[in-house]
Amino acid sequence: MSTVDPPIPLAAATGFLSEPELAAIRHELGHYEDPRAACIEALKAVQSARGWVPDPAIPAIAELLGITPADVEGVATFYNMIFRQPVGRHVIKVCDSIACYLTGYEELAAAVRAATGLDWGQTGADGRFTLLPVCCLGNCDKGPSLMIDDDTWGPLGAAEVPALLERYR
Amino acid sequence: MSARTPQTHPLTWRLDHGAPVNAIAAYEALEGYAAARRALADLEPAALTQLVKDANLRGRGGAGFPTGVKWSLVPMGPDAGRKYLLCNADEMEPGTFKDRLLLEQLPHLLIESMVLAAWAIQATRGYIFLRGEYVLATERLNRALAEARERGYLGRNVLGTGWDFDVFVHTGAGRYICGEETALINSLEGRRANPRAKPPFPQIAGAWGRPTIVNNVETLCNLPGIVLHGAPWFTALSRGLSSDGGTKLYGVSGRVRRPGLWELPMGSSARTILEEHAGGMQPGRDLKAWLPGGASTDFLLPEHLDLAMDYDTIAKARSRLGTGLMTVVDRTQPIVPVVRNLEEFFARESCGWCTPCRDGLPWSVKLLRAIERGEGRPGDIEILESLTTQLGPGRTHCALAPGAVEPLQSALRFFRSEFESGIRASAASKETV
Ligand SMILES: Cc1cc2nc3c(=O)[nH]c(=O)nc-3n(C[C@H](O)[C@H](O)[C@H](O)COP(=O)(O)O)c2cc1C
Ligand code: SF4
Ligand code: FES
Repeated sequence: MSTVDPPIPLAAATGFLSEPELAAIRHELGHYEDPRAACIEALKAVQSARGWVPDPAIPAIAELLGITPADVEGVATFYNMIFRQPVGRHVIKVCDSIACYLTGYEELAAAVRAATGLDWGQTGADGRFTLLPVCCLGNCDKGPSLMIDDDTWGPLGAAEVPALLERYR
Repeated sequence: MSARTPQTHPLTWRLDHGAPVNAIAAYEALEGYAAARRALADLEPAALTQLVKDANLRGRGGAGFPTGVKWSLVPMGPDAGRKYLLCNADEMEPGTFKDRLLLEQLPHLLIESMVLAAWAIQATRGYIFLRGEYVLATERLNRALAEARERGYLGRNVLGTGWDFDVFVHTGAGRYICGEETALINSLEGRRANPRAKPPFPQIAGAWGRPTIVNNVETLCNLPGIVLHGAPWFTALSRGLSSDGGTKLYGVSGRVRRPGLWELPMGSSARTILEEHAGGMQPGRDLKAWLPGGASTDFLLPEHLDLAMDYDTIAKARSRLGTGLMTVVDRTQPIVPVVRNLEEFFARESCGWCTPCRDGLPWSVKLLRAIERGEGRPGDIEILESLTTQLGPGRTHCALAPGAVEPLQSALRFFRSEFESGIRASAASKETV
């Protein structure tokens, strides 16, 4: 018996993408000069529908855009906002850049880690949170800052963390 | 602060009118799109480029390159073919939060500005390369673009000129390197954001191999004022504080009383910005050092506070104006962990293309961590010093690495004894300071 996974057949790969995902990707195609340029948008479309980018999405996007799966994977792994592993229902991104560092990052980061029980890069067993570091959020006058999903919060004292997390069940 | 007017605060005056101006009707009611109408009716593209050259507008993205000069390198004429205008809205330089204000509060100012820049180079398509975390800006820009298309400021036959120009928002997916202009182009094309070799310069062969201009958000937003009020007005805006003209969005972060962002004459002194606008340091937090314009600029000291915050003056003091947003370090904060934090950022964000940057930056972090713990070894400081040379200008594919060593080299120069006290062996002599 082979220990190697069989390759995902291309036709089946395209079948992997849902109609709304395909529609979102086709819409983006119209904004660029060639299909490859929609690669990042395509990955984002899959991620916004599923929370992350599962393996079969890679050849599916490749086939749709007429580029190789290796190209799509190369792009998917380069950008830190594309998740190639499942993430929690809410992604917490704590800014660890200089202005936040100087205004209380360490206390804030410790409070977030304590409240979630997570270390950097981890997702809780209950699937509620994923904890990630992020560079400067352009919110430096309100440091220390963090983002939860699409919301930016700051300045944030360590004591405010538990109540803030309660908003994200 | 005195009231903001179109003549004194061309970037932000509209924010004083109570209601938000992100919808097109509100923007138009406050002279919105007047500059686009005037330029497209009265100014040939070459005349507009000349006007921007005369104003000596310099790029606000960090390098201070003259905008009109950059534009004048773009091939013109009926055979020039497709050309692109890219707005760099990637704003990820640590300590920088200026473009966000313009993108969120004044989306139509940026769109009008892009119409002007595109007219000057006769671009047919524009993209706003927006960092993915700017969610509110994405929403507002997309709505504003739809409004602008509806009113004929974008799309086919813009304002009846026969010229077609449209703009799309491209949201990024992370990585600081995307802000480097050739990496930005690769990212826009759907590739990994490794910088490209120059030449060819983007003005000749950029996006999809076509002539391309990349300008920062704040740079672009100066254009309507220049068109409406002229080059001499723009030059005079700096009130003699600088040989450069215009205003600048300056800001302060760190342990000050009132961190924030202000539009002030170009060349305002760091002291004015820090003491008058940011209210000075917090009680018990005396100023120790400051970064003039982001993580990739050399530290300056309290004795430099009276310098004019413009490109040439800050360069003479061996730093860079960068983005012009100051980050302050106070005396309670040891310098080694501060520098370690900065280098960790650059190590993480290196695109990995060239060896000195990919390997040198993590090495510097390792050494700094050891020194921070008091476990540095004799010779570590010398290695850090040699890294500042090996990663310096001309040694790497792009400017990330040279920028990364700027805070390190200046910290070693100004605060050497703090590094030395982290070296364990007695061989570290404090007398060499
Ligand atoms: C690593 C790196 C990151 C950069 N990030 C940005 C950025 O986020 N925004 C920006 O406008 N310029 C950034 N720049 C500068 C751009 O390469 C380019 O000089 C600028 O967009 C030109 O616009 P301007 O002439 O209007 O300033 C970055 C440069 C480097 C080397
Ligand atoms: S200097 Fe660093 S970021 Fe720039 S190309 Fe080389 S490895 Fe990439
Ligand atoms: S440094 Fe944290 S938001 Fe800028």
